[in-house]
Amino acid sequence: MFLSPDLTPLSAEIFMLVMACVVMIVDLYFADAEHRLTYWITQLSLVVAIFISVDQLSTETAVLFDGTYIVDYLAGILKIGIYVSAMIALLYARDYIAERKFLRGEYYMLALFAVLGMMVMVSAHNLLTIYLGLELLSLPLYAMVAMERNNGNAAEAAMKYFVMGAIASGFLLYGMSLLYGATQTLDIATLSQAVANVGDNQLMVNFALMFIVAGLAFKLGAVPFHMWLPDVYHGAPTAVTLFIGSAPKIAAFGMVIRLLVQGLEPLIEQWQTLLMIMAILSMAVGNIVAIAQLNLKRMLAYSTIAHVGYFLMGIISGTDAGYAASMYYILIYALMTLASFGMIVFLSRAGFESDNISDFKGLARRSPWYAAMTLFTMMSLAGVPPFIGFWPKLEVIMAAINGGFLNMAIFAVVMSLIGAFYYLRIIKVMYFEDAEETMKPIVVASDVRLLMIMNGLAMLGLGLVPGWLLQYCLTAFGV
Amino acid sequence: MPLLSLLIWVPILGAVAMVVMAGERNPGLSKVLSLFIGLVTFALSLSLYSGFDSSTAAMQFTETADWLPSLGIQYALGVDGFSLPLIMLTSLINVIVIIAGWNVIKDRPSFYMAAFLVMTGLMNGVFAALDAILFYVFWEGMLIPMFLIIGIWGGPRRIYATIKFFLYTFLGSVFMLIALIYMGIQQGNFSILGMHNLPLSLEAQTYIFFAFLIAFAVKVPMFPVHTWLPDAHVEAPTGGSVVLAAIMLKMGTYGFIRFSLPITPDAAMEYSWFIIALSLIAVVYIGLVALAQKDMKKLIAYSSIAHMGFVTLGFFIIFALMSDNSTDAARMAMQGGLFQMISHGFISAAMFLCVGVLYDRVHSRNIYDYGGVVNTMPKFAAFFMLFAMANAGLPGTSGFVGEFWVILAAYQANFWYAVLAGTTLIVGAAYTLWMYKRVVFGDVINDNVAKLEDISGRETLFLTVLAVVTLIFGLWPQPLVEVMQASVEHLLQCGIQSKLPGITGVCH
Repeated sequence: MFLSPDLTPLSAEIFMLVMACVVMIVDLYFADAEHRLTYWITQLSLVVAIFISVDQLSTETAVLFDGTYIVDYLAGILKIGIYVSAMIALLYARDYIAERKFLRGEYYMLALFAVLGMMVMVSAHNLLTIYLGLELLSLPLYAMVAMERNNGNAAEAAMKYFVMGAIASGFLLYGMSLLYGATQTLDIATLSQAVANVGDNQLMVNFALMFIVAGLAFKLGAVPFHMWLPDVYHGAPTAVTLFIGSAPKIAAFGMVIRLLVQGLEPLIEQWQTLLMIMAILSMAVGNIVAIAQLNLKRMLAYSTIAHVGYFLMGIISGTDAGYAASMYYILIYALMTLASFGMIVFLSRAGFESDNISDFKGLARRSPWYAAMTLFTMMSLAGVPPFIGFWPKLEVIMAAINGGFLNMAIFAVVMSLIGAFYYLRIIKVMYFEDAEETMKPIVVASDVRLLMIMNGLAMLGLGLVPGWLLQYCLTAFGV
Repeated sequence: MPLLSLLIWVPILGAVAMVVMAGERNPGLSKVLSLFIGLVTFALSLSLYSGFDSSTAAMQFTETADWLPSLGIQYALGVDGFSLPLIMLTSLINVIVIIAGWNVIKDRPSFYMAAFLVMTGLMNGVFAALDAILFYVFWEGMLIPMFLIIGIWGGPRRIYATIKFFLYTFLGSVFMLIALIYMGIQQGNFSILGMHNLPLSLEAQTYIFFAFLIAFAVKVPMFPVHTWLPDAHVEAPTGGSVVLAAIMLKMGTYGFIRFSLPITPDAAMEYSWFIIALSLIAVVYIGLVALAQKDMKKLIAYSSIAHMGFVTLGFFIIFALMSDNSTDAARMAMQGGLFQMISHGFISAAMFLCVGVLYDRVHSRNIYDYGGVVNTMPKFAAFFMLFAMANAGLPGTSGFVGEFWVILAAYQANFWYAVLAGTTLIVGAAYTLWMYKRVVFGDVINDNVAKLEDISGRETLFLTVLAVVTLIFGLWPQPLVEVMQASVEHLLQCGIQSKLPGITGVCH
């Protein structure tokens, strides 16, 4: 007899899939020149998805499809983070892509598919589901990067992103197949027991772990697998960079947790060492190389690499509180990325990218409020209290010290000192230098303006009340 | 009434309200509003004083609320005899800075005022915080307005100076953060008073002591990490220099008495020779460096470093004195150091304001561009004379009291400490009075000086206020001493008691 499984836990995913198709069809038949309807349906779908996932938070953990899919509190919170980031990213993107003449309905459709991919990633409970989610995320992203097709840089970035992404997927898949060979299972829950007693296959499992960690590091952009990141961030249209830099990082966190923590916990000593090397290198390379950048997008790309280093510290600590700290870090980081790249989108106009640091000259005089918001964002990225960026840093450093990694914690704070320098440079340019005469006042739509102000104020507001968001992260790990 | 919260948030939220209501559209109104907010803050600090019970060393006006309960971080405030005078000083200096910037700041005046108001709130927070992370938040947050003040309204090399200032201070504080987190994990919360009683081995104490030392030594600043100060002072606008000298430097020494001495008493005792050596180098060597300066602000900046050397000297000779059972001398050393903190707040503020008065007219800080100022500005010359004398430590001014007590106590600790510290009576007088002589006395040397106008009513007002407090505390130090008495006593009897195992004291 065929038993139909209870699909209610999957309602968010089903809804997202349906809406992605609806968006495609609506855009085909009812699109005006600005694709307004498509845009609003996309945003609306994300809003509804938030409600569905919020509703699911209070339900029991559900495991579906023979253990390949899990809907739990952790996945719920991460999904909500992903929707919110995607909404903000799309709102910032709307006018930018219209001005650059690559506003097509596909943009929103691809974004929704990417969101679906991320949802699968954070809810995956089987090595193959993880891989499926990852590819479902990556393919739309490659297309989105390449969408501005008469821009050579974007095409190059898309190519690079695709090749590097394919290599990373290959690494990951190879690692997974080795794991399967050693343990005869793809299921995360069984895997964690199986790797604990692999007997003679220990070498093979270690080998598999190396590949998996390398694949994850590629996706996260941790040194030494970071080379693609500055090029892609720089080459991609800023609106797309904004998208790539925010929500997918949250999904990548989910993947790290599912794979390393839930699946390969018995190998913690091995992956701790690997991650530690990468964290230290990332903090060092990211922060130091960022100093030399003149292009803001490249600078922020290196700052991303540095932030990945801090973020990994929580995972390395190997405690539930540490994982929660990392989760908190990545959620806050997504918000900071949106604010910082959002500002670039915000200052750009048709035919003009505002992505050089010198383009921010005299912003404090031209538009004091936006300058203040950028100040908040940069200070937040630098981890200066009372801005929100300070709290996740504090969290991961505490987790590292708690886990016995005092030296790494000291290294991290020294690196954050170096990091402060290049964030300060943006503030210097905005506040202490005068604008050039060619620079015009900023003209943007009122909803984008409102979002920018809110995003900036969130840096301060969340910093003053850091507790509630952290509480969700702690609950997700049962701390 | 949550007085301490008001002291923190009235200036900060007031600044926001001021910018929203008036801003650059209406600079006149924004100045009036700023002054009003500053005066309200000062009035609040006065009511803090009137409600303060000086007979106890316990924290008063305490406020506690959960902030980040999962980490044990609280919004905890309170004052004792150490922090009360500093909060009052901060609030007073803020009013003076606003008046001093009234007509002088032409570029975005409301932003300027707002930055100072925000900074005042944050600095009050530093002195009132009883939770280590809250303290750190205020301590770091305060850097941002100062960074902007130096960078926007500063002199030609302002960008270099302000980035150096920010990075230097940030460097120090990140190590402090690690130490605070370490202790926070040990005790499960971040209460500063809890840390005072936290048992720590000598090894842990040593690490923590040096982590604190980096943070506080940069702020004081102590030799050899003082180099940011002359740059920052020279480039900062007058108001910025005033706040830097009068209040920010005090945070370093406040850190010593709030954190280093009570939390790591054994390490502090072990390495007191080191701090004493650095303090004496500051007094003697930096004093000589000051002698060689051509720039008035730089000269005062170096003299600040030398004067702050007395504070750290006073705080760290207590170990030698306590082990000799000379409790009276130790008390005198502490009181001297604390008194010097407050008194230097008045005097250095006044000195910088005097230089500011000249700078606003001539746009030069170079000593050689002046001469014979007394001929055109007699009233100013009189004020400047008083403050120069106070800076040199003339009896009857507040500059004398603290230094004299520290030297007296140092004499009991070690004859040579007193001799070296005593050289300031010669060197300090030499650099201050020599500068005064070159700037003020003699014939009018150039047209700029000939065209000088004497101080306006506004300038007379703030210089008078500072002159009055300098003289009052010089002639009658008792009120200030009384406020600090109980806290000093408590620190000497309990705070610096050994934490090592095997020693059981009355306090722990």
